[in-house]
Amino acid sequence: MANMSLTKNPMPSQDPNVRNKNFEEVALGYTEEQALDEAQRCLNCKNKPCMTGCPVMVHIPEFIAEVAKGNFEEAYQIISNTSALPAVCGRVCPQESQCEKYCVRGKKGDPVGIGRLERFVADWHNAHATAAPEKPASNGHRVAVVGSGPAGLTCAGDLARKGYEVTVFEALHLAGGVLVYGIPEFRLPKSIVQKEVDGLKALGVTIATDTVVGRTITVDELMEEQGFEAVFIGSGAGLPMFMDIPGVNYKGVLSANEFLTRINLMKAYRPDSDTPIIHPKKVAVVGGGNVAMDAARCAKRLGAEVYIVYRRGMEELPARKEEVEHAEEEGIIFKTLCNPVEIFANENDDVNKIRCIKMELGEPDASGRRRPIEVPGSEFDLDVDCVIMSLGTSPNPLIKSTTKGLEINKKGGIVVNEDGLTSKENVYAGGDAVTGAATVILAMGAGKTAAKAIDEQLSK
Amino acid sequence: MFRIVRKEELRPTVTLYEIEAPLIAKKAQPGQFIILRVDEMGERIPITINDYNPEKGTVTIIVQTVGATTEKLKRLNEGDCLQDFVGPLGKATETEGKKKVCVVGGGVGCAIAYPVLKKFHDDGAEVHAIVGFRSEDLVILEEDFKKSSDKLIVCTDDGSYGRKGLVTDALKELIEAGNQYDEVFAIGPMIMMKFVSKTTEPYGIPTTVSMSPIMIDGTGMCGGCRLAVGGEMKFACVDGPDFDGHKVDWDLAVKRNQMYREFELHKHEETCNLFKKEAE
Repeated sequence: MANMSLTKNPMPSQDPNVRNKNFEEVALGYTEEQALDEAQRCLNCKNKPCMTGCPVMVHIPEFIAEVAKGNFEEAYQIISNTSALPAVCGRVCPQESQCEKYCVRGKKGDPVGIGRLERFVADWHNAHATAAPEKPASNGHRVAVVGSGPAGLTCAGDLARKGYEVTVFEALHLAGGVLVYGIPEFRLPKSIVQKEVDGLKALGVTIATDTVVGRTITVDELMEEQGFEAVFIGSGAGLPMFMDIPGVNYKGVLSANEFLTRINLMKAYRPDSDTPIIHPKKVAVVGGGNVAMDAARCAKRLGAEVYIVYRRGMEELPARKEEVEHAEEEGIIFKTLCNPVEIFANENDDVNKIRCIKMELGEPDASGRRRPIEVPGSEFDLDVDCVIMSLGTSPNPLIKSTTKGLEINKKGGIVVNEDGLTSKENVYAGGDAVTGAATVILAMGAGKTAAKAIDEQLSK
Repeated sequence: MFRIVRKEELRPTVTLYEIEAPLIAKKAQPGQFIILRVDEMGERIPITINDYNPEKGTVTIIVQTVGATTEKLKRLNEGDCLQDFVGPLGKATETEGKKKVCVVGGGVGCAIAYPVLKKFHDDGAEVHAIVGFRSEDLVILEEDFKKSSDKLIVCTDDGSYGRKGLVTDALKELIEAGNQYDEVFAIGPMIMMKFVSKTTEPYGIPTTVSMSPIMIDGTGMCGGCRLAVGGEMKFACVDGPDFDGHKVDWDLAVKRNQMYREFELHKHEETCNLFKKEAE
């Protein structure tokens, strides 16, 4: 008999006023009892609407049915048939706009906690599994993957499982891409990312860190000199965008990328780290996406009072719902419907104030979202000593400028067909390098599509 | 891991390291830089390449001991390895097609000026070099400069070696004496590059400077290295490090580089104390 409760089992979490002072994981994960109870809310619909919302087509009702029976390892095997990074997706996917959006239970009450169950299953597997995956026999084909973020890791994993010899090239000193430099420890513990990377290594994938494709070696050299038959470019998003307003270059104005990289990759919040970080008293984070929430919550953990400044309303915030809720609980102050117009500094060029103007929403624009319009004469000032810009990124010029015959679109993204194939033979691409800043799961989907196409091409 | 194959103390606070990094050695060109990390909790610091040997597979850097990281680096010896060594980063300096140039180096910046100067020289330009140091005990690479230039002026702030005074005075004299430079290339402390640019501006001599702002990844991701050049935002790691010295917003660049100064001073002191304790 299904559990007909209208509400999801709540996620056990650290108390907001405790966690906003530490970097440990916020959500603690379901217990076995909670997972069993939540799994029984699934009606096991025949037409599986939830699956249509998943970019990697996880067999959701099937895995949940195994959870309901207490067969957690079986559930894990079902998820990992289609998803390379279950422990990551269970934590960072925007389930409310994907699988859970289509859940029948959501029509009256909460949808099934699919993301929470996925996380539970992945964590259970990581805690209980003993056997490392076996390295498959080599099929003799060599593939290079550029970038070790979600797109690259997924592509590498899928190909390695089919016997390809895969080398992943990473520019930074640590594999994981945005999963290690962008998403904070309290949302995605780095030990989980490391576990996924170790899993790939066990499958025979070579990870070459400290290698900047486009500088240390080029895509053409990988193919012509190093003997890789195909290349997948998953180099991620690029240069952070800043607002074109007076004062944007003062000391204390930085991109969310820089702030988060210092904290997440370089561990600058720890006293034993050599990397400097500012410890601001009052911060304005400009933007409303997941990255903005991450930056705001990191700043809070460094002891600051934090504002989110966003030009549309609470309803329009592009961040995952849970991130917004967590941020609110932790005491982040939301200044929605307002936009910065100028940043001020003291005689030393240190930021001391940001001037904002109030906005109202007009007719929908090209993106389908209601266009924010300035309210004349509504300027007001916030006293802050730090401004973090979280406005998205523009594509990285390194690879396109050093790869012959790679077609780029107007926005600087790499042009690909439905298989992820670029304008260059045997060169594929996916993730933010193609789409511009998007989500982890979309990048994984692109890595998966390309892996399938590369396999078909090379096994011809 | 990246092994130190040669370590040479050029001066008490200036050390040369030759590092095994075959891929980088094969690709490096004058004007480019690397990013290194000494150990697991170390910060990533950008350092411009002094020399490279593709056959031997090594890259040479010259580093002045100024803070916690360079202090740690100095404690490594030949045979030890660096945690990370990434590059070559940034665009190479454009040296082709110049008939007569003047290269101005300041302090440890001379380590970086050298490969650029050599390339100008090898490409057939007449090369004048002006190098400045605080005092005699900091003078480096004089022989190398002599070999690859047609005229060399060494200046020290205190007059303990060469001529007393600033590199900008020497530069002005050379220009006033009728030397027609196609380009002046300056590398050294920001304040020096600023005043070299100010010196050449009235004469309309194209002036290139090599910027070394704060950066983390060095590949166009963090945005820490942004500069205002000709009113536009530029990123030193992918758009530079070379920029038109007459267009750089110098005051801004100088101030932005001091963003983490307090932290660095504190960390430096901490590291020194730690080493002192170990020594005791």
